[in-house]
Amino acid sequence: MKKRMKFNSDTVFDIVVAVIILAVTLIILYPLYFVVIASISDPAMVASGNVILRPRGINYDGYWYIFRDNRIISGYQNTIIYALFGTILALLITIPAGYALSRKDLPFRNALMKITLFTKFFSGGLIPTYLVVNSIHLVNTRAIIIILGSFSVFNLILCRTFFVNTMSDELREAAEVDGCPTFTFFCRIVLPLSGSIIAIMVLYYAVAYWNSFFNALIYLSDADKYPLQMIMRDILITGQALQADVSDPEAYEQMLRIAQSIKYGVIIVSSLPVLILYPFVQKHFVKGIMIGSLKG
Amino acid sequence: MTKLERQIRKKKTLSLMKKNWVLYVFLVPMLIYLIVFSYLPLYGIQIAFRNYKVTKGIWGSPWVGLEHFRTFFDSYQFWNLLKNTLTLSIYSLIAGFPLPIIFALLLQYCISPKLKKTSQMISYAPHFISVVVYCGMITIFLANNGIVNQILMKLGFDSVHFLSDPKLFKHIYVWSGVLQGLGWGSIMYIAVLTNVNPELHEAAIIDGASKFQRIKHVDIPAIVPTMVIMLITKCGEIMDVGFEKVLLLQNSVNLDYSEVISTYVYKIGILGGQFSYSAAIGLFNNIINLILLVLVNWIARKVSDISLW
Repeated sequence: MKKRMKFNSDTVFDIVVAVIILAVTLIILYPLYFVVIASISDPAMVASGNVILRPRGINYDGYWYIFRDNRIISGYQNTIIYALFGTILALLITIPAGYALSRKDLPFRNALMKITLFTKFFSGGLIPTYLVVNSIHLVNTRAIIIILGSFSVFNLILCRTFFVNTMSDELREAAEVDGCPTFTFFCRIVLPLSGSIIAIMVLYYAVAYWNSFFNALIYLSDADKYPLQMIMRDILITGQALQADVSDPEAYEQMLRIAQSIKYGVIIVSSLPVLILYPFVQKHFVKGIMIGSLKG
Repeated sequence: MTKLERQIRKKKTLSLMKKNWVLYVFLVPMLIYLIVFSYLPLYGIQIAFRNYKVTKGIWGSPWVGLEHFRTFFDSYQFWNLLKNTLTLSIYSLIAGFPLPIIFALLLQYCISPKLKKTSQMISYAPHFISVVVYCGMITIFLANNGIVNQILMKLGFDSVHFLSDPKLFKHIYVWSGVLQGLGWGSIMYIAVLTNVNPELHEAAIIDGASKFQRIKHVDIPAIVPTMVIMLITKCGEIMDVGFEKVLLLQNSVNLDYSEVISTYVYKIGILGGQFSYSAAIGLFNNIINLILLVLVNWIARKVSDISLW
C-alpha cells in the first residue's frame, strides 16, 4: 500500500514537471514563431487578429522593401565590419592574456589578476570614459566601436579557467627540457589544443558585437557609420518608416500600408545570422557557461 | 625568514620573470585596454569634484568638492530616480533569481529527454536576441492592437493599455527580462546538478525518498554554493539597471516611472553636456554598488563560508 502511494506521488510529480516545461517552452517559442508568420502575412489580416496560429495572405512585400532600403544595407555592412575586426582584436587580447594568467610560474600573477578583476566591480562610469575617448579623438570613429568591447573580464576568466584545466605542467616542462621557447610552445602546442575555447570566444564576442547598441549610441553621430542595431532602433522603437520613393505616391502609400509587416521583417532580417548559426553552435555556448561554472 | 632566504626568493622570482618574459608581452594588449578604458576613467572621475570645462581640461577646472553631490541629493529628481532604480532592480532580482533555478530543477527531472532537449534549445534562444530587437518586439506585441491584446480579447478578457499605463512599466520590464533570461540563467545550475554524485541519488532512492524529497535533500544543497555566488554578484549590480532596455522602453507617458539613474546620467551628460554633474551622479551609483557588493560578500562569508574573495 505504502509503495503504491509513493509510485503515485512520483508519477504526479513527473506529469506536473512535464506540463510546466511544455508550457514555459511554448510561451517562449510563440513570440518568435509569431514574428515569422506575421512577417509573411497580409498586414491587414495581422492587424485584425486573424493571424494567430498560421500565416494568412502570404506575401513577401515587407522583405522586398527591406532589401531595397539603403540604411539597412549600410547597417548590415557596418555591423559585419565591426563584428569581424572586433572579434579578431578580442581574440588577440583575450587568448594570450588568459594563457599568461593561467601559468602558475608567472610572478605577480595574483596581483595582475586582481588589477583585472577590480575593473569588473568598480568603473569610472559613462562620463569619464566618454571624456577619455574624446581626448584620444576616437569619438565618432569606426575604430572606437571596434575597440570598445574587444575585452571582457568574464571571457578572460573563461579562457584562464580553460587553460588551467587543460594544459598540464608536465607538458610544458617536457617542452622546456627540449629547449622549446614559450612563444613557440604557445603557438605549436597550446593553440592547436585550444580549438574549443577559441570557438567559444569567437561566438561570444561575435554575438556581442552583432547585438551591440550601447557604444554606437554613445559614440557615433554619423548615420553612415551606424551598425544595424541603431538602424533597428530607428525602425522599431522610434517608428521611422523605411525610405521610399516619395516621387512615386503609389509606392509610398503601399509602403505605409505594410509598415507593420516591415517591422516583423526587419526583426527576422537583423537576427538572421544568429538564428541560422544558433542550432549548430548552441553546444559551444553552453560549454562556455559550463567552463565558467567550474570555478564559480 | 632569514635574509639569505629572502635573497634566494627574490633571485628565484627574478629568474622566473626573466624566463617567462614572453608571458608579460602576452598581457600587454589587455593591460593597455584596461589602462585606457578602465583606469584612466577612474582617474578622470575627479571631474565629479570639479567644475569641468572642456577648454581648461581636468586639472585646470576649479575644484568644487561635494557640491555636485549636494545638488543632486537636493534636486527634486533624486528620490524618484532612486526609487525607480531600486524598484526595477530589486524586483528583477526577486523575480529573476529563483526562476532559473526552479527551471533547472524541472529540466533535471524531466522524464522525456526529447522534451528536455527541445526545451533547452528554445529557452536559450531569446538570450541571443539583441536588446533593440527584443524591446521592439515588446512594444509591437503589447500595443493596443498587438498580438497580446488580440489573444486576450479572443479569450474574452478586456484589452489592456500596456504601453500607456505607466504603472505597468515595471512589470513589463521585469517579466520580459525573466522570460529572456530564464533558459540561459539555468545552464549554470544544470551544469552543477549534472555533476552531483549519482551515489547520493541512489542512496536516497534506496531509502525510499520521493523525487520531491530528493530535490530538497540532494539537489538543493548541491547548488547552494553557486546560488550564493550568483546572489552576491547580482547584489553588487543592484544599481545597474539595464540602461539600454530602460532607455528603449521609455516613452513620454511612462517617464516618471522609467527614468533611472543611468538613463538620467546619459541624458544630462552625453546629450546635455553637464559632464561634472552627471559624472558625480554616476559615481554615486557606482559607490553604492561597491558598498552593496562588499557588504553582501561579507555577510555571505559569515553565514555560509562562501564568498567572492
